[in-house]
Amino acid sequence: MEKLRVVHYINQFFAQIGGEEKADYPAELRKGEVVGPGMALMQKFGDEAEIVGTIVCGDSYFNENIDKATADILEMVKSLSPDVFVAGPAFNAGRYGVACGTIAAAVQEKLGIPAVTGMYVENPGADMFKNKVYIVSTKNSAAGMRDAVAKLAPLTLKLAKGERIGASVEEGYIPNGVRVNFFEKERGSARAVKMLIKKLAGKPFETEFPMPVFDRVAPNPAVKDMAHAKIALVTSGGIVPKGNPDHIESSSASHYGEYDIEGVMDLTAETYETAHGGYDPVYANADADRVLPVDVLRDMEKEGKIGSLHHLYYATVGNGTAVASAKKFAAEFAKKLKDDGVDAVILTST
Amino acid sequence: MVKEVERAGLPVVHMCTVTPISMTVGANRIVPTIAIPHPLGNPALDPAEEKALRRKLVEKALTALQTEVEDQTIFE
Repeated sequence: MEKLRVVHYINQFFAQIGGEEKADYPAELRKGEVVGPGMALMQKFGDEAEIVGTIVCGDSYFNENIDKATADILEMVKSLSPDVFVAGPAFNAGRYGVACGTIAAAVQEKLGIPAVTGMYVENPGADMFKNKVYIVSTKNSAAGMRDAVAKLAPLTLKLAKGERIGASVEEGYIPNGVRVNFFEKERGSARAVKMLIKKLAGKPFETEFPMPVFDRVAPNPAVKDMAHAKIALVTSGGIVPKGNPDHIESSSASHYGEYDIEGVMDLTAETYETAHGGYDPVYANADADRVLPVDVLRDMEKEGKIGSLHHLYYATVGNGTAVASAKKFAAEFAKKLKDDGVDAVILTST
Repeated sequence: MVKEVERAGLPVVHMCTVTPISMTVGANRIVPTIAIPHPLGNPALDPAEEKALRRKLVEKALTALQTEVEDQTIFE
């Protein structure tokens, strides 16, 4: 029997081209090559399938040129006429997750080839694409590669063969809102009583009917009088005074910093830098105004375009940082901003 | 973070390059920027041009803050 044909998509990091300094690497097709995580996939595929080509693309390149990159990659995939397309896994890498989701969804929709990817549930790409393609639920770092491949490979084969895909709990993908019927070993009443007993005993239990979480905050009214408004700056781009006095981590930040910019007219290479490990720091280190626009806001303050620039700014590193942490940081400093009489906030992200 | 700032009662504009992520995290006022490693700059320009570019983006952000919105809005 002929082997099923698989095309695999990975980023510059997993292709071992480089880290952030190579994130602008354009899409490239490596015909007949198995690269990085593809090796582990191939092992699991056994005799059933083979990777006939690997597409490599830098994460920043993809996200900054979504339309072109998608079109180029679709052509590459088409040229290899695979039975199935696999992207990633991306774990908790945000741009990689968005790239994997975007391209997997496009392959499925535009080329009619089944596609699958994998990522951590908090990856922004998961929410964006879980209803469009199967996304295997992975751990939050590449340390979970073995576990990810163990789920990804069988699902890939099933999709390639056009077999029936079971429920998310059976296959290990992130729930996509599609209900799949299957028979439980125990009847409902027995499961309900067991759950109740666990609940009464204060033990953890898993509901069979999770409620969807809709967490949207309605926009606040606009600023009426900008010429007298106090504007504050916040960034997830990791801009800190040179030397990173609070030791904010380059990824998975555990805290944020509060910095006084009283009298600071311009951020320079001598005074400020980025602590962020998730993008090429060269540009922000040379001139941090490229992430936190203090210079321009000072000019506008002088010209009376804004009332004032708040003397404190808040910064953390949004790189694999848990949503729960970011939420906690922001709830804390937002209260401070409010108490300090700030009227509006500019939040910049890299 | 942007949602928590909004929740605290402060109008907030999110300036970022990958706007689909901004939509997903629930920002209401969004201004697209230049590139991931330098959202508010472009090292290919000379310093004066670059600052003018940054000024334009910040002006757009202030316009966004002065605009009433009912839903998530990208200010192109």
